[in-house]
Amino acid sequence: MSGVIDIVYAEYNYWIYVTLMMIGFYAMIAKKNLIKKVIGANIFQTAIFLFYVSLADITDGTAPIIVGHGAEHAEHVEHAADVIYTNPVPHCLILTAIVVAVSTTAVALALIIRIYNEYGSLDEDVILAARRELQPEFSEHARQKGVAEVSEQ
Amino acid sequence: MKTLALFVVVITGAMLIYAGHDLPAFGDINSPAYQAPMTQYFIEKSLPESGVPNIVTALLASYRGYDTLGETAVIFTAGMAVMLLLRRRET
Amino acid sequence: MSKIQESVIIRTVVRIMVPFIELFALYVIMHGASGPGGGFQGGVIFGAAIILYAMIYGIAEGKKKMSDSLDRILASAGLTIYAATGLACIVFGGMFLQYNAVPLLSDPALVSKYLIDLVEIGIGITVLAVMISLFFDVSPPESDVEEAKE
Repeated sequence: MSGVIDIVYAEYNYWIYVTLMMIGFYAMIAKKNLIKKVIGANIFQTAIFLFYVSLADITDGTAPIIVGHGAEHAEHVEHAADVIYTNPVPHCLILTAIVVAVSTTAVALALIIRIYNEYGSLDEDVILAARRELQPEFSEHARQKGVAEVSEQ
Repeated sequence: MKTLALFVVVITGAMLIYAGHDLPAFGDINSPAYQAPMTQYFIEKSLPESGVPNIVTALLASYRGYDTLGETAVIFTAGMAVMLLLRRRET
Repeated sequence: MSKIQESVIIRTVVRIMVPFIELFALYVIMHGASGPGGGFQGGVIFGAAIILYAMIYGIAEGKKKMSDSLDRILASAGLTIYAATGLACIVFGGMFLQYNAVPLLSDPALVSKYLIDLVEIGIGITVLAVMISLFFDVSPPESDVEEAKE
């Protein structure tokens, strides 16, 4: 039994990231409100950030900034060779990913504002019903346009 | 619908946790990502090559400079897209 | 005008805090090379300072601090600084963004350090301008606010 607990404890970061990711995934597929879907996508992204940053962590490691650089830190220089740095590559990847997440969230929210102005609702079903009412006109218009293009050729 | 969603979520989560057993333990110094030659190269050589003590900044601005330029372009484009979507014309 | 915006304490504290937040943002941008920090983080902090001011003193007052045209110019200028730094390295015979090709100082690593600082400043300018413009775009236009007040 203690072996199982040890295994779970050694990998608890994976349990946490899977839990967070599934909360976001559930919000994305089960919720009808568009804002809640965006919040779910954000939780999903945060879970992936947590996954990468936890992969980068090393026990007793320090932040990946070279210790002992510059004369004012001369007292640290003698220990500089012993310092363990955490893995800098995932940090760098996630810095990129956070910025992309911010950008996608901003564009998604702007699109949602436009959708709300157009349909007066954030509910997926209401928007789809409103579009279905508009759909016959759109499809008729597209069909006539296609026929006109074919007859021109 | 909600039950189906919950079912999909639970199955996916179980698969991910099962896959997590093959990944290195939390804080493991022998993890392949840390022992990879490129990671050790960045930790040892980023200060003499780029003159920047912060390894993440050296990676971001020097080794991955193209990527960060594209990233800045992404955030610029997002700002412009939101501006085009929401800003009303001055009439 | 909401209740928060009328509070004397909040208005005074925000007016005092905004310059310090901006100074901290500049510190984070300039410290990106030698410690924790960088252009993205500092730019977001600077943008947050202006957004805080605009939230408390109103959108119109905030737009006096950062007008739409200045915002657009800054957003493009930051990206241009970054791209120009990369192109300058080509001019001096290196590859795109190969910082140590620029023969300004004797130590190529030092040139690289200062050019990375320049790049971080460019990133910071773009990020702060985009953050502020996002806030102003999402916030309701002033005419709507006045109608709601009446």
